[in-house]
Amino acid sequence: MNAPSSGAVFRGIVRRDLRLAARRRSEPLFTLGFFVVVASLFPLGLGPEPELLRRIAPGVLWVAALLASMLALGRMFAADYEDGTLEQIVLAPSPLVLSVGAKIVAHWLVSGLPLVLVSPLLALQYGLPADVIAHLALSLLVGTPVLSLIGAIAAALTIGVRGAGVLVALLTLPLYVPALVFGAGAVDAKLAGLSAAPNLALLGACLALALLFAPLATATAIRISLE
Amino acid sequence: MTNGVIHWFRYASPQSFYPLAGRMIPWFATLAALLTAAGLWIGFFVAPTDAQQGESYRIIFVHVPASWMSMFLYVVMAGWAGLGLAFNTRLSAMMAHAIAPTGAMFAFLSLWTGALWGRPTWGTYWVWDARLTSELVLLFLYLGYMALHAAIDDPRRGDRAAAVLALVGVINVPIIYFSVQWWNTLHQGASVSLTRAPSMAATMLTGMLVMALAFWMYSIAAALARVRAIMLEREAHMQWTHELPEAAK
Repeated sequence: MNAPSSGAVFRGIVRRDLRLAARRRSEPLFTLGFFVVVASLFPLGLGPEPELLRRIAPGVLWVAALLASMLALGRMFAADYEDGTLEQIVLAPSPLVLSVGAKIVAHWLVSGLPLVLVSPLLALQYGLPADVIAHLALSLLVGTPVLSLIGAIAAALTIGVRGAGVLVALLTLPLYVPALVFGAGAVDAKLAGLSAAPNLALLGACLALALLFAPLATATAIRISLE
Repeated sequence: MTNGVIHWFRYASPQSFYPLAGRMIPWFATLAALLTAAGLWIGFFVAPTDAQQGESYRIIFVHVPASWMSMFLYVVMAGWAGLGLAFNTRLSAMMAHAIAPTGAMFAFLSLWTGALWGRPTWGTYWVWDARLTSELVLLFLYLGYMALHAAIDDPRRGDRAAAVLALVGVINVPIIYFSVQWWNTLHQGASVSLTRAPSMAATMLTGMLVMALAFWMYSIAAALARVRAIMLEREAHMQWTHELPEAAK
């Protein structure tokens, strides 16, 4: 029997995870709903002054997206661990790093990309101008994969651990600091009439680093959790 | 392996390291006490009063060494954790586990003394300055490490999982520090100026270095004492723990 090619394994896992998400639509929608609700609560807490809302919008929307993507991390490996799929993925002849990468991609498509697509709508509610909205979506487009990649390490470390949800939050939030700073900084800079390019470039650098290291660390963490 | 060289790897086993650690602790503890006394004496009586900040600056002799130690200990902890992960040695992982609380304590001490120092000099306990913020994030990293270790029941799995986290953290610490600094330059209002007196008196520097050495010695003593406790706890089922002289009492 021929072993399937790496590309086939990658596509297979992505397709499987997307199909699973499509069959159980409520969970990805929870993430999106959480993002919208958190972003809508801030004006209620802070008052409706348009000037104030516009100034805090980049930070608020970025923090809301960060929390929403963190909430989704619990789903990344937990179900596969419980029904034994994760063990089969580890035992499969294809490299684990590749399978883990596919799972992260699928996770981002389900829980990260929707945040990017909805963010312009929320930004409109905060009264941001059009070019700033475009930069917000762009910064989230570069930044949410970083969140998924770093989060995957924490999700893998806490597989089958008591109180994994709170623990994942404690582990990921400090590591999310650079993405938050550069992401919100890019939008802030645009809002202040400066170029967003330096922050976006640094965010891209974070993404490149995370792409390199996070799947390796996640694969190691999964092996440790399953032994 | 019988060429008269000290067999360092012999001490990689808890059984032979336990008595060695026990013999080393008094030395490091004594050094820590002497150096602390010397450092505080320099800090309180030898170092001159600061022209701008008066006497309140003297907390620098605790604050700065504590910050140094908190950062240094994280790297040391990650080093032990990496060794444990790479070579699967029991003792390395125990050392990493033993260092974490001391590192977290220094991070907390640094934040606390920073707040006490900030009140008289800047007029506020807390500013979102780059250094303070990255120190806070470092404290969170320590807490995450300890929480992950505590949440996993099997200590060997806990060691390895926490080791991965420590290594991820040590790659991230420079990025976090840099990002926070970048963030700060964009957001910083003109409320607080952090520039210190341009030149630092030599005695002040000496005091700080002596205190840093004292904290270093204290960290070694504390980590060794803690690693002894961890060894006993984990190896309580082994023969050697029951043959210890203190077990006979």
